[in-house]
Amino acid sequence: MGLEEKIPDSIILTTLDKMVNWARKRSMWPFGFGLACCAIEMISTFAAHFDLARYGMEVMRPSPRQADLMIVAGRVSMKMAPVVRTLYEQMPNPKWVISMGACASCGGVFNNYAILQGVDRIIPVDIYVPGCPPRPEQLMDGILKLQQKVEKESLKDKREEWGRSA
Amino acid sequence: MTTVSKTVELNMGPQHPSTHGVLRVVLELDGERVVKATPVIGYLHTGIEKTMESKLYYKALPATDRMDYLSPMSNNLGFCLAVEKLMDIEIPEKVKWVRVCLAELTRIKSHLAWVGTHALDLGAMSMLLYAFRERESIIDVYEACSGQRMMSSYIRIGGLAQELPEDFDKLVRKVIKQVAQGIKDYEDLLTNNEIFINRTKNVAVISAADALDYSLSGPMLRGSGVNYDVRKANPYSGYEYFDFEIPLGKNGDAYDRYLIRLEEMRQSLRIIQQTIDGMPEGPYRAHLPGIVLPPKEDVLYKMESMIFHFKIITEGFKAPCGGVYQAIEAPKGELGFYIQGDGTNKPNRVRVRPPSFINLASLPKLVEGRLFSDVVCAIGSIDIVLGEVDR
Repeated sequence: MGLEEKIPDSIILTTLDKMVNWARKRSMWPFGFGLACCAIEMISTFAAHFDLARYGMEVMRPSPRQADLMIVAGRVSMKMAPVVRTLYEQMPNPKWVISMGACASCGGVFNNYAILQGVDRIIPVDIYVPGCPPRPEQLMDGILKLQQKVEKESLKDKREEWGRSA
Repeated sequence: MTTVSKTVELNMGPQHPSTHGVLRVVLELDGERVVKATPVIGYLHTGIEKTMESKLYYKALPATDRMDYLSPMSNNLGFCLAVEKLMDIEIPEKVKWVRVCLAELTRIKSHLAWVGTHALDLGAMSMLLYAFRERESIIDVYEACSGQRMMSSYIRIGGLAQELPEDFDKLVRKVIKQVAQGIKDYEDLLTNNEIFINRTKNVAVISAADALDYSLSGPMLRGSGVNYDVRKANPYSGYEYFDFEIPLGKNGDAYDRYLIRLEEMRQSLRIIQQTIDGMPEGPYRAHLPGIVLPPKEDVLYKMESMIFHFKIITEGFKAPCGGVYQAIEAPKGELGFYIQGDGTNKPNRVRVRPPSFINLASLPKLVEGRLFSDVVCAIGSIDIVLGEVDR
């Protein structure tokens, strides 16, 4: 936001933290991009029956520049890895990553020449969701866990983190 | 003096929302017209064929689920039939009927996902929600059978993974009722919808001769009026027992393919009705010690069964030398498995004939000379799954 850089570490910052986190937690825009099988379960999560809109996360953005949550849904091949990295870099801060499924988390059943053994080798991951593919309830649980994580974040930490990466 | 190119090169994908995964198409555009379209594939290459070659026959099976992840049971069926042909295994009657029932449920499941995403690409957002609502009822059957929603691996070499659940009949009848109503709803929403007709009629046209030249299969081929369906041409797994029709199109455009897929869903419902009405009694696995796992109850109480169980799990079974090709009619077209045995317990070569990969090759033919916005419709109407294209 820019504002946090000028505020000293005091009660003002923690109060601002609470307000900002409350807003961020409840209006996260996921990046609508699927790789493989998990993408179908991701669509199921967003579609009728499971309806992720209940948690304020249903606004799928087809462009990385409008999104703040990347759900890596599926296996990442060696050819796709640079693309995933570019897409992550195109997302504006603050941004979070959910690694959905066994393949994205650790390569899954495909321990071979073609598959990246875990997307955390190229981008930082906040939440890992296990399963092959995870059930929609599991993905929702992952998203709720991410919300809890966002709630505990402080602008101060983010300031330092971005300072390093930028 | 510099020459100015009249055409613009545009990169579509690999993360474009309407390329159904990670397909990349490099388009050469003259204004709004497509001069040249080049599909670039390989963004989801998983090395599935190679992985299968390094595994025991029955351990290679779960990899087939992850090829065409919208229709896992069809892939299981194709692989199991190929291995059974190689091993010369006779399958119990009941298993054949259950397999046909599940394969047809899978066809409906795949077509539902197709109709939802294709309509979404063309701007009808609500179709996706309706289609996935019906799809959930089929996933319930999958889950009851195997415990997994998508990657079921329920059809095994020599039979099924386990006995059918007690409420199988009830669940399938519920699917028939719900999907029949669903198809009516989609017809009301799309078939006479002016926007949908304008976007799909006379778009992505391919003639019967061209379709044959490109070796297309499935609804892509039948949309052009060629009557070829593996279920009728080379019946497998007892399809000759069932009464159903093959819908054919006339114009070979995206609209015809849409009508064919809807009609195929209705015909699948007919087949499913016949399978559950006349389901024969019998074992759920062939009795072949040393090749097919013995029933779990016997493993716990009988010495021989336990030994065979242990032998199959640790060593697998040895297949004879020689190659077999087995094709089935998957939802997307002719899915073929070529398996070469070399006398050991692992296949020497596994090669898949993926319908979406071969159908995708016709994309330049479908879109060149057409408008740019038709590319989305063409990609959708081919019904590709990148997991199967790249494998």
